[in-house]
Amino acid sequence: MTKKPNTSRLHIPEPPFRPGDTPDYSHISVPAEHTLAKPDTLCEGHETSQHALGLIRVLRFNGEAVGEWNPNLSEEQLLKALKDMMMTRAMDARMFTMQRQGKMSFYMKSTGEEAMSIGHAMALRSDDMVFPTYRQQGILISRGASIKEMMCQCLSNAGDPLDGKSIPVLYSFKKHGFFSISGNLGTQLIQGVGWAMANAYRDEDGIASVITGEGSTAEGDFHYALNFASTYRAPCIINVVNNQWAISSFQGIAMGEGQSFAARGTGYGLATLRVDGNDVLAVYAATAWAAERARRGGGATVIEHFTYRKEGHSTSDDPSKYRPEDEPDVWPFGDPIERLKAHMILLGLWDEDRHAEQEAACKKEIREIYKQAEAMGSLSGDTNVNDFTMFEQVYETPPRHLKDQIDMFKAEQD
Amino acid sequence: MPQMNMIEAIRDALDVKMGQDKDVLVFGEDVGYFGGVFRCTAGLQEKHGLHRCFDTPISEGGIVGIAVGMAANGLRPVAEIQFADYIYPGYDQIASEAARLRYRSNGDFTAPLTIRTPVGGGIYGGTTHSQSPESLFTHIAGLKTVIPSNPYDAKGLLIQAIEDNDPVLFLEPKRLYNGPFDGDPHKPAVSWAKHELGDVPAGHYTVPFESARKVASGDDLTILCYGTMVWVAETSAKMMGVDADILDLRSLLPLDIDAIAESVKRTGRCLILHEATRTSGFGAELAAQVAEACFYSLEVPIFRVTGWDTPYPHAQEWAYFPGQRRVCGGIRTIMESQ
Repeated sequence: MTKKPNTSRLHIPEPPFRPGDTPDYSHISVPAEHTLAKPDTLCEGHETSQHALGLIRVLRFNGEAVGEWNPNLSEEQLLKALKDMMMTRAMDARMFTMQRQGKMSFYMKSTGEEAMSIGHAMALRSDDMVFPTYRQQGILISRGASIKEMMCQCLSNAGDPLDGKSIPVLYSFKKHGFFSISGNLGTQLIQGVGWAMANAYRDEDGIASVITGEGSTAEGDFHYALNFASTYRAPCIINVVNNQWAISSFQGIAMGEGQSFAARGTGYGLATLRVDGNDVLAVYAATAWAAERARRGGGATVIEHFTYRKEGHSTSDDPSKYRPEDEPDVWPFGDPIERLKAHMILLGLWDEDRHAEQEAACKKEIREIYKQAEAMGSLSGDTNVNDFTMFEQVYETPPRHLKDQIDMFKAEQD
Repeated sequence: MPQMNMIEAIRDALDVKMGQDKDVLVFGEDVGYFGGVFRCTAGLQEKHGLHRCFDTPISEGGIVGIAVGMAANGLRPVAEIQFADYIYPGYDQIASEAARLRYRSNGDFTAPLTIRTPVGGGIYGGTTHSQSPESLFTHIAGLKTVIPSNPYDAKGLLIQAIEDNDPVLFLEPKRLYNGPFDGDPHKPAVSWAKHELGDVPAGHYTVPFESARKVASGDDLTILCYGTMVWVAETSAKMMGVDADILDLRSLLPLDIDAIAESVKRTGRCLILHEATRTSGFGAELAAQVAEACFYSLEVPIFRVTGWDTPYPHAQEWAYFPGQRRVCGGIRTIMESQ
């Protein structure tokens, strides 16, 4: 079907390709040279304005790690990064399938974006509080959270630390420095700045790292966060995961075309970095730089993680309705796991056989954990969550009217 | 005891808590060096330090947002929203975040914050400086909403709010800041200087939530009211020569339903007052609860006297305000009903 053209002067941004088109992203420049300098972490914010427009990369497609942003991770760190990314992907795959089988109401994969979560978490201290959105499960896996508890949260069953109060993937793990995820997007950004202000007020050196997708940068909360972070020099990192798609809206709807999300920070006087989000070493390096700047009193950095959402927004979404089906395959920045794998093979730390073994091992481990999790209940059978828990944690102690309602609910059960 | 107006009582509550607890921070638009447009925070920055009482950008969403993050991180923030009319950009952070954080994280994170904001008319503030939005907040599970009518309660309720482990919206009837107001704008202003409720104890004390104050005892009818309307109710009942049982609710959520039910069951007549607009106002909730708890004791229908369902007008301020004439009319309606 031919589209009716826009015959008005009102500009409505449209993505370059829709279903039926042959996607061609050769116009997106993939910098081959690694010329962006690594400034001192206490530089003036405006000294990073070029970093908001370029792209920090460490990993070349041939597996080489080059340039002054190369974090030179140890063998142990590289192995951990690869394993955690593979575990995240394996968990996502399993949970997606189980959602399709009716075991849970909903799920959201982070496929293609694992480097952002894993690289970011590895470069932070484990007590730095992250204020995530819904595609950063890799942070929990990197920090050693119980995958079974995460699965139980998604299953809303007796093992769910949240007692079934929240929909799947809206995790809360204070013990792992992982703030309760809100379904109202963007609200966590300014809260994280407040958290960081509290750290500074108490003269602690912990920082906050707040994370949003590019779509929710259009919320007022993003502006509040940048403004307050700038005003009070809050020790935090403000991350924009630009995965190109907010459900069905391409990134141009959130911002207009031809700009960068990192550059949003320039007008606020914040440091700004734009990083290849499919390059786990670059994500690590940018995060480490921003964390050091925050810890040293230099204030906040806006980091744009340039990546691509390979799968649908959620289990409720069908991306073939609004973008070419093969677009993920032609995205010019490759796959984060494949890129780290190539690097480790080049270093002689890894090979295809070990990779295949690890992939199978992750799949098996996830299946086994899932089996244990599902044994505690699921939507397709009984969740084993006591309905009366719905009255708990509304307030610290239930006020009179809520106690009355508990009695009314009790009477309903007879 | 020290004599204070409501501004001084609020300031004293903040001063007491800031002195006791270094986790208590005060911030908002113009609250720092200047001390707030109503002077409620005057001198706090000088006494406790720039980092304890500071100015914020004009950004209500940002103010409430940082308060949520600070509270989750162990502080006891007290945020000021300059006028309740300006609170709406912060509504998402109050309704979806502060009030829901404990629940959605199952107690993993909490938001023990206080939001102070002036409400109500009577100062020629027009549409954007006069609103009484309490019912937009009493509808939110997870939030507490309180409103004092005098200096003594203001200090005690504010200290209680700061110490509460749940988020509290603290509404300050701005027409009562400097003195009680009986609803007649033509009379000379009365100050709190000689009023017994302007006797405010020094130091720490609290007024518990969920405890209505008996303003006057009587058997003819019950008047449920809060904020500025408490004083209009008292004067109007005297003018009408009725023995009214007047309850100042003080805390709207949680609500002291026991005190309300005791009174209405005894008098059989219930008048509900508020300055806010009528439809879906807090009076509707009160009427429903009275009907549920006291229906068979009611001798006549419940009656509401409220602001009109219009935006708060400027030149027509006293035509909008539910003053003595409207309240006396309400008392007459109730007393003449069979």
